[in-house]
Amino acid sequence: MKILVPVKRVIDYNVKVRIKQDGSDVDLSNTKMSINPFCEIAVEEALRLREAGTASEVIAVCIGPKIVKEQILAALAMGADRAIRIDVEEQPEPLVIARLLAKVAEQEDAGLIMMGKQAIDSDNNQVGQMLAGIMGRPQGTFASVVKIEGDEALVTREVDGGLQTVALKLPAIVTADLRLNEPRFTKLPDIMKAKRKPIAETTAADLGVEVTSTQQQLSVAAPATRQAGIKVASVDELVDKLKNEAKVI
Amino acid sequence: MSQYQPPVLDAKFVLDQLIGFDGLCEKLQLEDINIDLADAVLEEAGKLSSEVFAPLNWDTDQNPAQWADNAVTESPGLKEAYQQFVDNGWSTLTAPEEFGGQNLPQVLGTAVSEMWQASNMAFALCPLLSIGSVEALLAHGSDELKALYLPRLIAGEWTGTMNLTEPGAGSDLAAVSTTATPDGDHYRIKGQKIFITWGDHQMTPNIVHLVLARLPDAPPGVKGISLFIVPKFVLDENGEPGERNDVYPISIEHKLGIHGSPTCTMAFGDNEGAIGYLVGEPHKGLPYMFTMMNHARQGVGVQGLGISDRAYQQAVQYARERVQGKNRDGSKKPIIEYPDVRRMLLTMRSGVEAMRALALEASAALDFAHADNNSKEKYARLELFTPIVKGWMTEFAQELTSLNIQVHGGMGYVEETGAAQHFRDARILPIYEGTTAIQALDLIGRKVLMDGGVALESLLNDMTATATELSASSNADAQAFGAAFAQAVDKARAAKEWLLTNAPSEKELSQAVCFDMLMAMGYLCGGWMQGRTLLAVIALTDANDDVYGEEFLAKKRISAMYYSQCLLPRALHHFGVMVQNPQALYEFAVDQF
Repeated sequence: MKILVPVKRVIDYNVKVRIKQDGSDVDLSNTKMSINPFCEIAVEEALRLREAGTASEVIAVCIGPKIVKEQILAALAMGADRAIRIDVEEQPEPLVIARLLAKVAEQEDAGLIMMGKQAIDSDNNQVGQMLAGIMGRPQGTFASVVKIEGDEALVTREVDGGLQTVALKLPAIVTADLRLNEPRFTKLPDIMKAKRKPIAETTAADLGVEVTSTQQQLSVAAPATRQAGIKVASVDELVDKLKNEAKVI
Repeated sequence: MSQYQPPVLDAKFVLDQLIGFDGLCEKLQLEDINIDLADAVLEEAGKLSSEVFAPLNWDTDQNPAQWADNAVTESPGLKEAYQQFVDNGWSTLTAPEEFGGQNLPQVLGTAVSEMWQASNMAFALCPLLSIGSVEALLAHGSDELKALYLPRLIAGEWTGTMNLTEPGAGSDLAAVSTTATPDGDHYRIKGQKIFITWGDHQMTPNIVHLVLARLPDAPPGVKGISLFIVPKFVLDENGEPGERNDVYPISIEHKLGIHGSPTCTMAFGDNEGAIGYLVGEPHKGLPYMFTMMNHARQGVGVQGLGISDRAYQQAVQYARERVQGKNRDGSKKPIIEYPDVRRMLLTMRSGVEAMRALALEASAALDFAHADNNSKEKYARLELFTPIVKGWMTEFAQELTSLNIQVHGGMGYVEETGAAQHFRDARILPIYEGTTAIQALDLIGRKVLMDGGVALESLLNDMTATATELSASSNADAQAFGAAFAQAVDKARAAKEWLLTNAPSEKELSQAVCFDMLMAMGYLCGGWMQGRTLLAVIALTDANDDVYGEEFLAKKRISAMYYSQCLLPRALHHFGVMVQNPQALYEFAVDQF
């Protein structure tokens, strides 16, 4: 079974996000970029499945301009067997990403699409669900445990009320939550080997997908800075302020 | 305890902009190796060092290695950390491919080593010493010894130690009295070695001791010392650890710092005699040790760099959080806003950046020498750098780790902040692997006087070229730096001439002034690297660079200027003391102390 793992290049989780002066977007110039942490967890899970003999090949797929090769190499260094880059100029919308991934999954005949539940830059949490819809395949989102048994994937999902385990007929789409695993440290020899692993390149046109845009980003603003609090002398004063000033009770 | 942020981008900047990493790799005929790969390597080493080794640093200090029944158990957590280090292949970085190494340039190994040292120096000493034994065997071991020991040492399956010091033989190795007696195809080693770093532990199934000892027919003094390999477990016919050899740790030291590093007294041959194998030819032990010295000594200099950076990072964090006094508007003032605190922080930062650049320049000198068929000139540059990197950087580390305590104020003197640990740990650095005095004597005697100042003059010429380039720049900062630096280089040249003229006729002169020359050369070399940093920053800024970014380049520029204004003058001071040849030193008689 082949596992397809989409990998997204995002601002590193340690970096404090800056907004461009004109408020048009996040300022990404000279900013450290990394693999989206949820995608990294997905890569790790795919590698573990391969190491357990459940999967035969792990293919990383990344959508973006040449520069995303940095993240592709990181995924290959972690242990992915090969990679596919879909060349696009700008970051497409979730629906387009889902369409592109659906084509690749079809071409590769992937038995499992293991992906992050969301990316930490735009926090959409949409692609996995859309991909399942487009492909007409079952989905197991927010996974904290993934087991493959025969032609089924048993996925434990972290839902509001607790844990829910679903059985999905393969091929299926699974999106990783934070607690699914702890990604490995990359080994030095694997960093060296990553450069020699194949990276196929394709385009949206090759895949027959039109890169359309239905959304427009109007502005990006930093969260309002928190105002300093005040000390109240008594519980009565607090209740009074909550009632009359804040008007919340 | 304190977090550690690995200086990935800083190291990349030096490798790319000051060393010319891609060009070096081309010269070394390393295909596929370039700055992007170096970046990925630094990134991953940074992760392991900050996420695994750094968090163990304080625990390692508080729970020292334990000795019982002639065996040492390392601090809790280190065995697992070491296993992770080995599993991820980090011990193989610079070793030759033939024996399972990755054959990456030394300079990259040094940049990575800084991170191990900064995150947990006591622990990182262990793999540092293994590299030393690998180098000794590579250079001088027979094919048979190489085949048996190198792959395991390089893979990190076994660790290596250096056994030189004896109770009566410290800086003066001529006094080594451990003996080696021929016994069939091997030797029996008898004697006691002290201060053996990581002499015993339970992290690996075998430990390979390299031991200096005398053969029965050995001439007296340094010309009668041979090098032996003594495994903790003698290898069986399959090359696997077999019978326990007669070498045991009989005690460990209780030290000021590096508590996680077991410092052992090793008893060789208290029973039947420890089985040892001769490395190379008889009586060549000392010259063999010298071939490893560049790496080992520079490695200790890098420890000074790493621990200073760790101390700096901790000082900045504390200075931001600690509030003392109020602003005019009544708001509380973090101490980082006080100029004297910023003076201390900037001294640390600028000093660390100068040290890092020098450490990598000196380490790359070995790569450039290799790339140039070990040409005499290139090798002389490497040899000139070694005592400066070891001597100056470890002395400077004393001041910088002490400044961290000073920034913390009273809390720095209290152990629980962890500031004291870096200071205590750093204190060994100017002592082991050749004291500062040994480095200073090496610099003035073997590296300057012995070749009539040729290697030094070549370095000074390169420095003059940098000064000229700075002065010729249209950038005002560069001009100011260039003027200050040219003056320092002139002082250095004058001091060199003075030394060459006067040293031959005055018996104690070179020994009396060597320390000041060492420190002067350190601050001067640091200035050279900061000057080249400034030139690179100006070029990148003019080219609207978007790799490092405006903020990063601005910080580098200011740090370089701080160096020229506040640290480079120390070179003038030390050269001044040197050529003054302080008479009081000779006048004060031994019995007047």
